[in-house]
Amino acid sequence: MDLNFSPEDIAFRDEVRTFIADNYPAGLKAKSEEGEELSKADFLSWHKTLAAKGWAGIAWPVEYGGTGWTSVQRYIFAEESARADAMRLLPFGLNMVGPVIYTFGTPEQKAKFLPRILSGDDWWCQGYSEPGAGSDLANLRTKAERFTGDDGKEYYRVNGQKTWTTLAQHADWIFCLVRTDPTVKPQEGISFLLIDMKTPGITVRPIITLGGEHEVNEVWLEDVIVPVENRVFHENKGWTCAKFLLAHERTGIAGVAASKRGVERIKTIARTEIDSFGDDAQPLLANPFFKRKVAELEIDLTALEFTELRTLAGESSGKGPGPESSLLKIKGTEIQQRITELALEAVGHYGAPYFRGFGEGDNEHPIGPDYAHRAAPTYFNMRKTSIYGGSNEIQRNIIAKMVLGL
Amino acid sequence: MDFNFTDEQTMLRDSVGRYLSDTYTFDARMAAVNGDSGWNPGVWKAFAEELGILGAPFAEAHGGLGGGAIENMIVMEEIGKALVIEPYLQTVVIGGGFLKAAGGALADAVIPQIIDGSAVIAFAYAEPQGRYNLADLRTTAKRDGAGYVLNGHKAVVYAAPWATHFIVTARTGGSVRERSGVSVFLIPANATGITRRDYPTVDGARASEVYFENVAVGADTLIGVEGEGLPLVEQVVDEATAALCAEGTGVVRKLHEGTLDYSRQRKQFGKAIGEFQVLQHRMVDMFMEVEQAVSMTLMATLRLDEPDRARHVSSAKNKISRGARFVGQNAVQIHGGIGISNELAIGHYFKRASMIESQFGDADYHLRRYESLMD
Repeated sequence: MDLNFSPEDIAFRDEVRTFIADNYPAGLKAKSEEGEELSKADFLSWHKTLAAKGWAGIAWPVEYGGTGWTSVQRYIFAEESARADAMRLLPFGLNMVGPVIYTFGTPEQKAKFLPRILSGDDWWCQGYSEPGAGSDLANLRTKAERFTGDDGKEYYRVNGQKTWTTLAQHADWIFCLVRTDPTVKPQEGISFLLIDMKTPGITVRPIITLGGEHEVNEVWLEDVIVPVENRVFHENKGWTCAKFLLAHERTGIAGVAASKRGVERIKTIARTEIDSFGDDAQPLLANPFFKRKVAELEIDLTALEFTELRTLAGESSGKGPGPESSLLKIKGTEIQQRITELALEAVGHYGAPYFRGFGEGDNEHPIGPDYAHRAAPTYFNMRKTSIYGGSNEIQRNIIAKMVLGL
Repeated sequence: MDFNFTDEQTMLRDSVGRYLSDTYTFDARMAAVNGDSGWNPGVWKAFAEELGILGAPFAEAHGGLGGGAIENMIVMEEIGKALVIEPYLQTVVIGGGFLKAAGGALADAVIPQIIDGSAVIAFAYAEPQGRYNLADLRTTAKRDGAGYVLNGHKAVVYAAPWATHFIVTARTGGSVRERSGVSVFLIPANATGITRRDYPTVDGARASEVYFENVAVGADTLIGVEGEGLPLVEQVVDEATAALCAEGTGVVRKLHEGTLDYSRQRKQFGKAIGEFQVLQHRMVDMFMEVEQAVSMTLMATLRLDEPDRARHVSSAKNKISRGARFVGQNAVQIHGGIGISNELAIGHYFKRASMIESQFGDADYHLRRYESLMD
């Protein structure tokens, strides 16, 4: 047992720290600090910088262009990124469909898709949830009927609706779970399709969420024609890919590094905000009611961090991410949500003003202190974390069944 | 002991509830919220003329219905249930509260205008540095001949863009947090020297930063006694906090009802999600919070005239702030994705619940105030 980084790890940390300091786009940093909605170009600018350095495929094997980093190096990279307030790359290509393709895909699929996922040339979105298939994902109804085209080739005709599709408005491709056999048990009739968003019959409709953001969408598929070679893995075996992906998705979901930064931000706010009570005025962080909550949050975050480190250590000794990762998802999202609660509490009255954002020609400053105007929208928005990626209720079911054997 | 409403109070609740459920639909509300002015003056007119509720807590001598805090509680709970944005709390409970307590010529002049709907009042009390401390004031009112000159900045003044009058707290003496030296004024919103920066709030209302720059007003705008206004401010804010608890009760009722309905309709894994025990227990916990919100609102409202009013109001607000968070978060959670969509009412109830949590002091503030007043 050793809690300390090796000299090699420390050298790696310094390299990462220097690279981020030298290369992270200054404009992006300012935008994040102001809480501006990021454009497609913003998301891609850091992705492309990391891709050029060979650091986009953090968890990917070297043979597919990944870094081949150890779990400790991945941990260090996440820490350093959060420390510098650098954005996390979007997970849909790099952490979701990419690993599915390099694990289950054909050589042609690997050659066609993986380089463009790494480079950021293709933007991917996830077509999983449907209006009737949320927690019960296997209940999905979007159907794909196979037929032979006039050209003699095999195709699927896809009809249905996906929902809560994050950033589909920017996407070039969508990976979809579709029903290819309605006559068998729900999990046994699902296939995993890769669909070009430019295909005729696809309509993207925005869903505006509580903070006014356009982050998620409905994706409607009407007679969308997809070549059979865009199916990953066997027909009707898509659930295998889905389960693999869900386990993979959960490994980064604890968000420890970002939450550490979140706690630091709360402390900074609470040192600035003055808590006036009676004839006394002191920094909010000196208020024992508030300080205790920050302290408990830090302690819970430490517990999460060391639980994640144990999981990482298990992974590097050959165990894949198992159902224990549900613990990381539950505790990680609870902590992320508590950070937003404390931020909203900390800003007091200035949680209420709604700032529409820096539109074209509108550079009016938000109301109240700089850190205040995103507090309420972020608090509202982060309620999603205990819902998405398998709700926290579903995660508890997984632990009960898979870990406790109940 | 009697917790029953009188016949008149039951009629008041029923008529407000019926009017709002018939006309104040979610779509109608959102049309007003997203419109230029952000509210519906027609609703205000109906409150005055059709329902007569703007006179609910005022004496019959002023043209009111002769009610008081219980009538405010009844109206505010209905306001919570319909997510009403029109400023009953600011105008009738707070504006009316100050005028009723102070009496005199100003009350005689303005209360009838509140009742007939022509006066809309906003309460300019909070300041950027003051958090929830009502005495933490940098706004000053300096004697100037027969009147006063006001200077200062008031933060997040709900309903200010719609107001005909502001109730303003300012220092006529004393240091920043001193109990003495606080005075209260009722000032026309269009007085020379007042500027506003208006904005929407996250819970669908409108508010402003209000700036006073050498605003000259007459001595007749003073409410109560110069320099001795703080106890009056505390009393009226406690009355407003009890009314806000009633609004919160209405909001959490609807969050719970909506969640219960949804859990009966929404099917996953072949059955209604309300059949899953883990969600049943969650909804039972929400139900218990709703019931306790009703109880604490009633407790605080019935004790507004007692000497230890402040402690009782803080206990109610602490409980309801915590309950509003629990019920709101779990309503969203049980709804899943559609709980965070702006397109459904449930998320808007959650947003209002989240703002009620901290309005006139969050759970921590009221816990601390309760502790300071404990035996």
